[in-house]
Amino acid sequence: MSGNGTPLLEIKNVSKFFGSVIAIQDVSAFVRAGEVTCLLGDNGAGKSTLIKVLAGVHKPTEGEYFFDGEKREFSSPREALDHGIATVYQDLAMIPLMAVWRNFFLGAEPTKGWGPFQRYDVDFAKETAISELGKMGIELRDPDQTVGTLSGGERQSVAIARAVYFGAKVLILDEPTAALGVKQAGVVLKYILQARNRGIGVIFITHNPHHAYPVADHFVILRRGTVYGDFTKEELPLEQLVQMMAGGADLEVLQHELEMASREGEEGAEALAETAEAISSELEELGEG
Amino acid sequence: MTTDTAPATAPAPPSDERVRKVGAISRLLSRPEVGAIAGTALIWVFFAIVAWDNNFASWVTTAAIFNRAAPLGILAIAVSLLMIGGEFDLSIGSIVGFAGMTIMVLVFPTEGGGFGWALWPAILVALIFALAIGLFNGWLVKVTKLPSFIITLGTLFVFRGLTIALTRLITNRTQLGGADEVSGFALADRLFAAQIKVFGASFRISILWWIALTALATWILLRTKQGSWIFGSGGDANSARNQGVPVDRTKIALFMTTAFAGFLVAMIQVVQFTGADTLRGRQQEFFAIIAVVIGGTLLTGGYGSAIGAFFGALIFAMVQQGIIITGVDGDWFQVFVGGILIVAVIFNNFVRAKAAQR
Repeated sequence: MSGNGTPLLEIKNVSKFFGSVIAIQDVSAFVRAGEVTCLLGDNGAGKSTLIKVLAGVHKPTEGEYFFDGEKREFSSPREALDHGIATVYQDLAMIPLMAVWRNFFLGAEPTKGWGPFQRYDVDFAKETAISELGKMGIELRDPDQTVGTLSGGERQSVAIARAVYFGAKVLILDEPTAALGVKQAGVVLKYILQARNRGIGVIFITHNPHHAYPVADHFVILRRGTVYGDFTKEELPLEQLVQMMAGGADLEVLQHELEMASREGEEGAEALAETAEAISSELEELGEG
Repeated sequence: MTTDTAPATAPAPPSDERVRKVGAISRLLSRPEVGAIAGTALIWVFFAIVAWDNNFASWVTTAAIFNRAAPLGILAIAVSLLMIGGEFDLSIGSIVGFAGMTIMVLVFPTEGGGFGWALWPAILVALIFALAIGLFNGWLVKVTKLPSFIITLGTLFVFRGLTIALTRLITNRTQLGGADEVSGFALADRLFAAQIKVFGASFRISILWWIALTALATWILLRTKQGSWIFGSGGDANSARNQGVPVDRTKIALFMTTAFAGFLVAMIQVVQFTGADTLRGRQQEFFAIIAVVIGGTLLTGGYGSAIGAFFGALIFAMVQQGIIITGVDGDWFQVFVGGILIVAVIFNNFVRAKAAQR
């Protein structure tokens, strides 16, 4: 999939300041159609600000934004969305007390009728939401079920299904796996690959290199508001990625501590080994998907 | 494509089982207006028994309750939309006073200090003023990002004060009468103050306005995209904004809606009482909020219904009328209403917790 096509979305030397605070500085990144670009960074690296710039929430203080080869300046997320740049936020941009189908179409409601008699096409919205979610493997018993009753993985899948349904060309995912268990994270990673295979350019923001590595074609590593490194998958083995993320020295200390902890109990070590095996086999599976 | 592999289906069955447990009753209870409808029935039965000898269960009393409920109900419908949208409007009572006085000052004879206009142009100007106040409220909330509770608490006093001060400055009075002598009154009387006899009891036409507004508001909430925007703006303004909902425009429109309701009530009362008082509409902002909360709308926004607000206003008027005809000292009314408010909020929280569990 990874080719040399022109980037679908690209930012060049982008900075964003809030008063005296430099949130991000001189950040460049891009994504091509049918590729996954992973933005990696620890807490405070400037990921959230960068997402908001990409999504059209913030205008960059400096730098340029290109979409489909043209220079753009989006004044609202709606405008970005109209161009096919869909963002799935960490908080999922969903209203917990609202029915799933209403959430699915929030901000882009299908209507029928004309003029003052224009109304929400409720039947279409319900049917479409249910069938689109069905494709993602979520069965809704009650179309009026509120989003608050869904699990974290289900909510994430609803959000991705929504973006894909609305014809996203670029899908920006803000830490989609952060709050999920191993299995549910695996499900979400699979949807990312599905979206990629459909030719969507995916920007996947995470602080977890183990989630990033199996799906990404390309990594941009952020640290303290600037780009620390920009690599293709071939250039960068997982171990090195992990090390870059955390900063080598910090990680060595952590590794040492973990080794000490696992030595304390034979059982603990076994459990750790099992988990590690489970994860690696799942990741392989995902890589193939 | 590969949705049916083990990791995808494994976590699904338990959540499906949880969903299946939903009974018909808890699904019914999840509608916000259910508590208010049940409360209406309960309180009616209570007064029907307690005040049987005072003819509570009669057409005449029913008409009195509905006539009393209509103006409050009109305000409450608009306030319910605003509160579902996550905002408050404490200035609505002052808008009633301001709009009513605007009409009367404009139509009052020039020898009395007024402008001597015909009724309909004066009504149009009052409408424009009211909408401007609503726009001002909404704009101020948007620009300052302060809670609307504070902003409209301020405009409550500003516009009540302006009503009293300007009226006294222009006409040297605080009450203006004689609207029935102004040209255009006959039509206005037919539209806004007519009485309809049903089984010997007189129902005011304002009840029809109230019902029509309830129907319109319910349709907007449940069957238009703007309705979804209202729920979204109140449920989580940030999320809604991220999804592309025009949150600020929606909220400003809602402030203008409550201002319009204030104008409508002012006009109805000018025609019905053939005049205006600088104090008209006082405390209605609180009564409207109480009616809306009794109707099952959350104070925090994002959840509620106009039908609930309809029954909330009805409960309010029923208690008022019940206390009057049983001959209990009217001072006790406030005790009753305050008590009902607290019970309603506790009940609503309970129902919502139930609904969220399913």
